[in-house]
Amino acid sequence: MNLRRDVFQAIADPTRRSILLLVASQAMTAGAIAANFNSARPTVSKHIQILTECELLHQEQVGREVYYQLNLEKMKDIADFIEPFRQMWDARFNSLENLMKQHKKS
Amino acid sequence: MELKTKVQAEPGRQEIFITRHFDLPVDLIFRAYTEADLLAQWMGTKVITLENKRHGSWQIETSDPNGNVVFKANGVIHEIETNSKITRTFEMENTGFPIQLEYLTFESVSDETCLLTVHTIFKSVTDRDNLLKMPFAFGLSMAHDRLQNLFTN
Repeated sequence: MNLRRDVFQAIADPTRRSILLLVASQAMTAGAIAANFNSARPTVSKHIQILTECELLHQEQVGREVYYQLNLEKMKDIADFIEPFRQMWDARFNSLENLMKQHKKS
Repeated sequence: MELKTKVQAEPGRQEIFITRHFDLPVDLIFRAYTEADLLAQWMGTKVITLENKRHGSWQIETSDPNGNVVFKANGVIHEIETNSKITRTFEMENTGFPIQLEYLTFESVSDETCLLTVHTIFKSVTDRDNLLKMPFAFGLSMAHDRLQNLFTN
């Protein structure tokens, strides 16, 4: 299977995106990550496993604990540095424009 | 074709500029930012608080299809001038990212068109670069979510 596609599928899930955000500024254990969600621990573990498999998360063993950290290089691989950000805002502003065009008519 | 939305992020600087031309009068774009129900619709989020006044607060939260809150953001409005500008802070809760400062400028270009500039200041160059690498961090909503909603509902 195409790895690039895997990465996009990985970040398409809102819980997985939340996990990436959580570990973006600090390495965390699976338990600490799971504590931020209402979902069952095995569900969160599954998400962490998927993110690790497509290399968006790095694992690091510190004593008896495994810490998860964001792999920024991989995030960068997803696409050009600014283009996804620009596209996200472009899509959002397109929604704004469509919405307000309807308001203008009514 | 020229892009309607542009992002300027110079290397080594802790700021970004987003500019967007709209084929709409400036007052309609200002309304889309200051009326809670409109903001909720185009941002794809729930607006909890939106006090359009100096020192007023704002708060949004986004849920996944199962109703779990996956994103929360809040801030304070420092300056607000109708059809002209909004200056506000932006804090993403539970992420560890430092608070950002946003200068929104609304400019009328003609009776039927306008220009919006969002100038965002980050605490550091690294904070800016990390966030640019994660576009979904801004609201955690993607076109994909809406597709998913269509299929699950």
